[in-house]
Amino acid sequence: MIWFTLLLVVLVLAALWASMTTTLLRATLGLALASALLSVVMFSMGATLAAAMELSVCAGLISVVLVSVASLTRPRSIQEEIASRRSRLRRIWPLPLVLIAGGVALSFVHAPVDIVLRLPAGDGDVRTVLWSMRQLDLFGQILILLAGALGVLVLFRKEAKDDD
Amino acid sequence: MSDLLLLVPFVAVVLLYLLPKRARAVGLWVAFGILALEAAAAVLDRFATVDVGLLAPLEKLLGFHLATDGLSGLVILCTGLVGMAALLVARRTLESVNERFLFANLVLVAVVGINGMAMVRDLFSLYVFVEVTAVATVILVAAGRGDHVLEGAWKYIFLSVVASVLMLTSLGFFLLSTGGITLDAARTGLAANAPLAWIAMALFLCGLFVKGAMVPFHGWLADAYTAAPAPVSVFMAGIVTKASGIFALLRIAQSTLGGATPGREILLVVGAVTIVVGAFLALTQTNFKRMLAYSSISQMGYIVLALGGDLHLGILAAGLHFFNHAVSKSQLFANAAAVEKQLGTLDIDEMGGLGARMPVTAGTSAVASLSIAGLPPLAGFWSKLLIILALWNAKEYAFAAVAILASLVTLAYFLSLQRKVFFGKPLEKWAGAREASAGLLVPAVALALVTIALGIGFPFALRILLGGGA
Amino acid sequence: MTIEMPQSFWLYFTFFVLLLVDGLWCMLATRNLVRILIGLEILMKSVTFFLIAAGYLSGRMALAQALVVTVIVIEVVVVVVVAGIILGFHRKHDSLDVGNTKRMKG
Repeated sequence: MIWFTLLLVVLVLAALWASMTTTLLRATLGLALASALLSVVMFSMGATLAAAMELSVCAGLISVVLVSVASLTRPRSIQEEIASRRSRLRRIWPLPLVLIAGGVALSFVHAPVDIVLRLPAGDGDVRTVLWSMRQLDLFGQILILLAGALGVLVLFRKEAKDDD
Repeated sequence: MSDLLLLVPFVAVVLLYLLPKRARAVGLWVAFGILALEAAAAVLDRFATVDVGLLAPLEKLLGFHLATDGLSGLVILCTGLVGMAALLVARRTLESVNERFLFANLVLVAVVGINGMAMVRDLFSLYVFVEVTAVATVILVAAGRGDHVLEGAWKYIFLSVVASVLMLTSLGFFLLSTGGITLDAARTGLAANAPLAWIAMALFLCGLFVKGAMVPFHGWLADAYTAAPAPVSVFMAGIVTKASGIFALLRIAQSTLGGATPGREILLVVGAVTIVVGAFLALTQTNFKRMLAYSSISQMGYIVLALGGDLHLGILAAGLHFFNHAVSKSQLFANAAAVEKQLGTLDIDEMGGLGARMPVTAGTSAVASLSIAGLPPLAGFWSKLLIILALWNAKEYAFAAVAILASLVTLAYFLSLQRKVFFGKPLEKWAGAREASAGLLVPAVALALVTIALGIGFPFALRILLGGGA
Repeated sequence: MTIEMPQSFWLYFTFFVLLLVDGLWCMLATRNLVRILIGLEILMKSVTFFLIAAGYLSGRMALAQALVVTVIVIEVVVVVVVAGIILGFHRKHDSLDVGNTKRMKG
């Protein structure tokens, strides 16, 4: 139990780093790290399929997208970069204190919570659930991927066309 | 049949991309045909009777577990009508074949999303289809040529993700409190007064308020509508926002809240605040589309307010107002597109006296405005009357008074819009303005006729629209 | 890997809230569009964690996993679309400053 809690603490620290660090590239790395840690958390909770998805898609694919956005959009000048960094630091420095205070405060709460009766044997295998009960969601996935493909066609082709 | 409403548009998009590039002009008409069939299906058979022969094994294979009732029929009918209007507007306002082709495809994807929302019985699938529609719409906005399309698209998708976070958190609480995420499970949890289930429901409602642009989450809507290209704003204002925010609220009020007090109070307060704030913001606008956008916010407040009234009458009134507003508001956006195409501007203060030069546009927009403002015998009058009756039956007299008073403000801003744009002295500046081309007038006239016909034949129409559902 | 897993709702809830606050703060403290996107992603991490925790605590892990798989697919599509919008934005204004979205009026 203590190890699991520590893992969660590290997860929050990674997310904190992602939101506080100075360059976009490091923030992206922080997010990838948080994502990878989340997938370890999910794995240790028994959600193996979701953990694998999280690792490959979120920590992998999304990081690639974010890194390329960060590298394609360089800041205009060093001075401007430093100025925006300062103004951001002014606003973000209380965050770690807030998180620590919030964590400590919530750790004292032990009010009883009415959770539904736990199924002793679980509710079956995730693949069965996904393929035989949630087909509509699978259809939704295909559909949103189609929408995304159309979006890539529009948003990125527009880019190329206007550069000419 | 209900499965086909999802599959046909989806397959059509895939097939359209297999066509050779020269044949792309056909895309718009394919989409138009599908939407016409959809509207016809909604009017004629109400879905249940076609489930024979070939379709039964298909449905078994797919296992989508869809269900249709009067409410789904209503949304599907609106989607068909508004979609057809938007496609006709696109035909005259988007310049290249490729833009029109893309528009048709994205509309079809969004239509699958909306049809899905109309028929699901599960909160997570509802979320999935809301998200599909949002992504397709964002791309539609961002694909435009206007100056602010990216800003509008950014605000829309940003708020959309925030709404998703709220809805997914809510689903977590539903899992904890009821062990399921279907509408039935939610109803059972709420009926048992489980505190976690109420937290979950409150979060889900908040997510839908963001989606439906209820005050105080309304900021994104005016920017997105104003920035969007003309046909996209017809489509968004007519059905997208309504389906993904307001219809989902209708569905939840109908099948989970069951008239329970805490839920009703949330809906009443949010609805009333939205009506008033939206109406007063609309009064101060000088951009044609922006004024219509704030008017939309205010009118969607009416739908939410109705849900807080007497359960059965409220849902009937909300559904009817949903339909009326979808028809009239998409028509007003089509009118705005006609004006913009002639003048090249949407600034109301620069306009004046256009009524003499664009008589059809002026006449149809007067019909839609007066209907939304609730003047008898137009369709909007009946739905507002039913909303007020629903509140009266539930003994919510104060909220009924708000509804009546706010409709005066509605009348005020629409009259000011009409006066500034169409009446008064014809300005020299617009001497060259002509009536819009037939392609843009057809949707406006058709939708105005629907408004008039529904207003006059109201008792009969009510039976067709909501006969089985409410 | 056999770690003894905690069964307390509040432990999971605490870390969910911490991630949520972190993501919100990250979004609100910056004017940079990419950082706002990173903040949104942290929010998505927090709800993913919450869904899995809810499935774990209620014994509906298979259902929760099925939902999370769909959520992840949606998440990646949204991120790609937002990335496209941000790139278009940068090309137009030569800046990632969110102030440019607020200038729009009229």
